[in-house]
This record gives sequence, structure tokens and C-alpha cells, in this order.
Amino acid sequence: MDFNDTPEENDFRLEVRDWLKNNAPKEKKAGGYDSIDVQESALSRARDWQAKKAEAGYAAITWPKEYGGLGGSSIQSVIYSQEESKYNVPTGFFDIGLGMCIPTMMAWATKEQNERYVEPALYGKEIWCQLFSEPSAGSDVAGVRTKAEKDGDDWIINGQKVWTSGAHFCDYGIIVVRTDPTVPKHKGLSFFFLDMKSPGIEIKPIRQISGGSNFNEVFFTDVRVPDTQRLGEVGEGWKVALTTLMNERLAIGVPKSADYSSLTHLAKDVILNNKPAIKNDHVRAKIADWYVQSEGLKYTKMRSLTSLSKGETPGPESSIGKVVSAPKMQDLASFAMDLQGAAGILNDPDMSLMHSIFQNQWMSAAGYRIAGGTDEILRNIVAERVLGLPQDIRVDKNVPFNELADSR
Amino acid sequence: MNFDFSEDQKLLKEQVSRFLADNCPIEIVREVLEGDDFYSEKVWKGLIDLGLTGTTIPEEYGGLGLSPLELCVIAEELGRASAPVPFSSSVYLATEAIKLFGTNEQKENYLPKLASGEIIATFALPESAMEPNPDNIQSTFSSGKLTGIKMPVPDGSYADVCVVVVRDKTSDSIRMAIVDLSAEGIEKKSLSTLDQTRDHAEIIFNNTPSEIMNSSGDGWSDVQQILDIAAVLISFEQIGGAEASLNMAKEYALDRFAFGRQIGSYQAVKHKLADMYIKIELAKSNSYYGAMMLNDNGADLKIAAAASRVAATDAFNFAAQENIQTHGGIGFTWEADTQFYYRRSQVLGLSLGSIASWKNKLVTQLEEKNN
Repeated sequence: MDFNDTPEENDFRLEVRDWLKNNAPKEKKAGGYDSIDVQESALSRARDWQAKKAEAGYAAITWPKEYGGLGGSSIQSVIYSQEESKYNVPTGFFDIGLGMCIPTMMAWATKEQNERYVEPALYGKEIWCQLFSEPSAGSDVAGVRTKAEKDGDDWIINGQKVWTSGAHFCDYGIIVVRTDPTVPKHKGLSFFFLDMKSPGIEIKPIRQISGGSNFNEVFFTDVRVPDTQRLGEVGEGWKVALTTLMNERLAIGVPKSADYSSLTHLAKDVILNNKPAIKNDHVRAKIADWYVQSEGLKYTKMRSLTSLSKGETPGPESSIGKVVSAPKMQDLASFAMDLQGAAGILNDPDMSLMHSIFQNQWMSAAGYRIAGGTDEILRNIVAERVLGLPQDIRVDKNVPFNELADSR
Repeated sequence: MNFDFSEDQKLLKEQVSRFLADNCPIEIVREVLEGDDFYSEKVWKGLIDLGLTGTTIPEEYGGLGLSPLELCVIAEELGRASAPVPFSSSVYLATEAIKLFGTNEQKENYLPKLASGEIIATFALPESAMEPNPDNIQSTFSSGKLTGIKMPVPDGSYADVCVVVVRDKTSDSIRMAIVDLSAEGIEKKSLSTLDQTRDHAEIIFNNTPSEIMNSSGDGWSDVQQILDIAAVLISFEQIGGAEASLNMAKEYALDRFAFGRQIGSYQAVKHKLADMYIKIELAKSNSYYGAMMLNDNGADLKIAAAASRVAATDAFNFAAQENIQTHGGIGFTWEADTQFYYRRSQVLGLSLGSIASWKNKLVTQLEEKNN
């Protein structure tokens, strides 16, 4: 038992390390996509870096060579990410496009379309977004109401999408829409890709409770999309959407956050019952609990990587990541604020202990418990796909969509 | 990246699993619970025949000379079967103590007999309903004689040999001593406990002949070392027990109908079972790291052992109790098999001291590491 690379993995790591050393940007702050109000300069640095990676084959390590990938293994992809994370490279602009949209295109679009779209996306010339969620279709995403109606060789789209990351700087998007409301929910959907600069598309940022804006609302008014941009058959949009969603579970995670070590640091500084809080047994027990959760996730990842290293598919244990880490972010932050007493409410980084990391984390954690699958949906997934328990009874399963109680 | 057991170790696990499925079905556990036997001699004999009591005993002493990783996979299967045998006392605790702190003579005397199954050994630390610490150990060793009360001693009613944590009067320090439990000046009383499939006894030593063992110089840290090793191994038993509980709950949730549908289709039940799974996976991952540290005698062993223990105790206690809850009324009856894991979860969870103290120990180790 060890965490060591195999000789082949080690060779690849050294090769990557060498390449990064010679090619990674030297700037201190690269400016990732962490807010909607993205600077053109950050985007252009990200495009440059992406092009460089693509040229070297590192932009999509597991993709086949014909699409500009390296034809490499998943473990190689992990090794590359591990090494790249040591540099301040721009991140976040292309993840959805290359992680979810383009793989969907590769599975469903024509050869000519892939020849046209894959390479510019890979090189960061064109950015893609995903248009699934709607105000009335969140966890139940097959309940989308945005509709597309056939008009000659085109479709006319009307409706609204929401939680669309990057919509304001994206060139293309993939969208799931309702093309037949007279059949049950999953059967009336179709799937398209479209030009985000099409007339009739209006994009508005959403302001989150944290004050920040990472997502958009996207409104469609008579947006015209050619039928040639349909992926999959009419009415089979759900099947196509599943390809995207499979990839989503691989792409969405929780960022590195303040953990037991930050809490320990805080507990040494604050006083509880006339003693440093770290001397308090309850505080120590909480630190131990979160340590065990963090380490549990870290080593669960090592178990999954071991499977990848052997060329196997990771086991179902890899599905527990977000459902453990997102609530932990929130609980730990809340506990850390409690240790600060009344001043725990301060979120001015100049006045609050440890520059308000816990206050900020507590705010954003509320979103992470929802994004990319709520705690509840993720527990359903574990129960159904891992343990083999039956799905909930679905009252909308065999009812035409337009006859459902809440459809409008 | 090779954070997994080897193919050979997985094969051994499979072999132990098959042996226990054939020879230690839950009816055997019930027989021990309901009968007068302290343990299942038949199952124990079978484990000896497979050579498992000598797993980590060096070949020169008649053992298999394998690594602690082999013990981990065996432990997981013993836990899954809730096997009524003295494996943890004799193998994880006493054998490891003798291997590490026995004199050459003691090793030559005891290890071959432990490997061959000729004797069963155990380990006696607590003395009362109080968390043991270096200041409250009252049992004393002086001039080859041991005096004091130990309880609860696992498998103490029938074990042949006992490693006892004592205060050595000559050096006024904590040490370990070996006692032959058939010697004179010993009174044994079997105790009534939550889990009668695992015997526990009170043993009163009164000027009992015994031999002092070696020490690193800090006897209490020697004891902690034994507990750390056992914590990792027992965490695998806990994981096996937790998985068995989850599996039982899952089968029942698929089988049982209420309000016209399988109870496993209700989210309240599904999420409970998902939580069992999540806790088990977190425990497994911590215990894998514990196993790796045990095998490498790594610098993080103390931390990893405490983390394994905290996570596995949480997983097994939760899975065992929620298994009964999933079963509803039938799960609370004597006929139901849910009780075996419910009982065992507490015995394993408390066997090496309270979780509160392990959490404290974990944070203390983290502080030392980061200072």
C-alpha cells in the first residue's frame, strides 16, 4: 500500500512538470472565473494559456487524438491537474464547455459539426455554456418549460433558463427544451446547441445572498435555431441530457475551504470560559470530527485514484464527496463563528478574525449544498444507484406534461 | 497510486469470508448468546486450522510471518460475521504486545503456542468504571508477584494467558506483565455485559506469579502503542459489522411494504441508508490509511489509528442502531438478528476506551505534529 506513482505515471509526471516549468505563466495572480464581473484581460490570459495547453495536448488528456486530445488515461489527467495546481494558472472558464458541452457534442453531433466546433473550444477560442435549469425546473430538471416550436427548417425558442455560468462571455450553449407538452415529462424534450449571440437572447446576472454574482439568467424571445443543430431525435432530448449530466457529476466539486486546521488556528486565539478555546473538550471533539471527515474524503479520493491507476472505473465511493464536504463547509464555519461570540457576525475582513474566512465560507456553503445536486438529490443517488433502492413513486410519470397540476 | 490491498490479500479475505459463511452463520452467534459457552470453539478451531492466529507471528516462532495488512482483511470478515471468538484479545492485543515487548524468552515461550492455537491470550488494562490513565492504575507488580483487580477483561473467563498493565513497584512506573491464568492466587468472575457473544470477566490477582515484560522506558506509551495497533485492526471489524448492518437494513427495506409500497422507496428511509453508506466509506478510507501506517510503522500511526477508531465507531454504532430502526418492531425482538450487531457495536466501540478520549488523543497528536 502506498501513494507512489507507477514508473509510467512517474515518467508522465516528470514530463508534465518539465513542460509546466517552461510554459506556465509566471504572474502571481492569474484571475480565474470566480465572479461574473470578469475582466477582459483575465479572459484573454485564460485563452492564451488554454491555447498553449491544447497545442501540447494537455487541454484534454483523455480525449482521442483525432479531437486534439492526448489519447491518455484518466490517471494521467489527474496527474496533470495535480501538477498544474501548483501554478497560478487561469482556471474556470473552459471547464463547463470541455467537461460537459463538448463531450455531449462528441457523442451526438455530426462529424462535420465536431470538426467545426471541438477544436476552437479546445483552444479556448470559443467558450460554451450549459442551459438546463429553469426557475421551475431545478432538481427536477426534466420539468423544463422553455419551449421550441418548429418553423420550417428552424425551431423558435421561447422561455427562460437560470444558473447559467459564464453565459455573458460564452459563444455557444447547449440547451434542453420542451418540443411536445402533450406527452409525459421526459418524452417531450429535445436538445440543441445554439449561438449565444443569436437575436432574442438576453442575459442578466443573478445576485446571490453572498452579494457576489457567479451566474446568469438567460431569457429567450423568439430565438431561431436551425434544425441541423438538434442533437438526438425530436423527443429524445432527455437521453442526450443524460450524457451531459453524467459528465456534470465528474466536473462539479467544492473548492478548497477553511478546514479543521483553520479552526484549530482560530481556537488557539479565541477565549472560551477563560481559557483558549482549543483547551475546551467540546471544541477538540468537533475538530476531531471534521478532521476525520476531511481525511476520509482525502483517502476516498486516493482509493478512486488507485482504481484509475489500475485502469479500472472508480467504485461508487467516489459519489460521497460533495454530500459530505458542502455541509461540512457550512457547519464548520458556523461553529467557528460561534467561537467568536457576538463578534462572529462581523464580515469586514479588516475587523473580523482571520479576515472573515469563516463568515464568507458560511455564506457560500449555502450555495454549494445546492449547486450540481442538492444534499437530498445526492442522497437519493447514493440510495438508488449505489444501494439499489427503488426510485420514489413519480406521480408525473405517465401524465402528459400540460396536464400536470403545476404546469403552465 | 496503490492505495488498496494486494490481490493476495483480497484472496485471503475471500477465503476467510467463505470459511465464515460456511462455519459461522448467524445461528452460531445466537448459540453462543443463548448457551453457556464463552465462545464458539468450533469456529476458533477453524481459524487456527487456517493458520490465522499466527498471521503476523514471525515464521521462526511458527507463524505465517505476514503483514498487518493481512490482519486487516481478516478483521473485516470477522466483524461482518460478528464471530464469537477471542481473535481481537488474543491476536490484535496480546500477540502484538508480546511481539513488541516480550523478552526473548517470553517470545519463545508464548508466540509458538499462540500461533498453533495451543493457548488463548488476552490483554487487561481497565480496572473499574473509570478511564484508565497512568495515575489511576492500581494493580501492582513486585518481586514476580501481581496484585490487583482488572475488569472488564475480554475473554477473561477462559483465556490461558494475560498481558496485564501494572504499576511496577521497583521503578514506580507503568509496565506490562505476563500472567498464566491457571496460576494460583487468581479469582475469575464472568461478567454480565451487553454482548454475551464476547465474554468479559473480572480477574482478581492476589500475589499471582507473573513475569515483567520489556519496556521502551515509557510504559504508558508502550500501552498506547498496543492500543493504536488494535484500534486500526478493530476498526476493520467495525467496518465489517457496519456493512453487514447496512446490508441487512437494505434487504429489509426492499422486502417490507407499507402504505402500498416498499419502505425502501421512501426518502426518509433511503436517506438514512445513504447516511450509513457515507459513514462507512469515510471510515473505510480512514482505516485504509491506518492500515498503511501500521504496515509501514509510519510517523502518522497515532493520528491515523485515532482517526480510524473515531470514524469506524461512528459508522458501526450508527449502522447498527439504524438497522433496528429500519426494521421497526420486528427488529427489536429476540428472534431478529439485528441485535447481534447492535450489541457488538458497543462492545467494539468501548473496548479500547471512550470515543471522547480518542478524539482528544487525536487532536493532541495533531497539535504535536504541527508544533
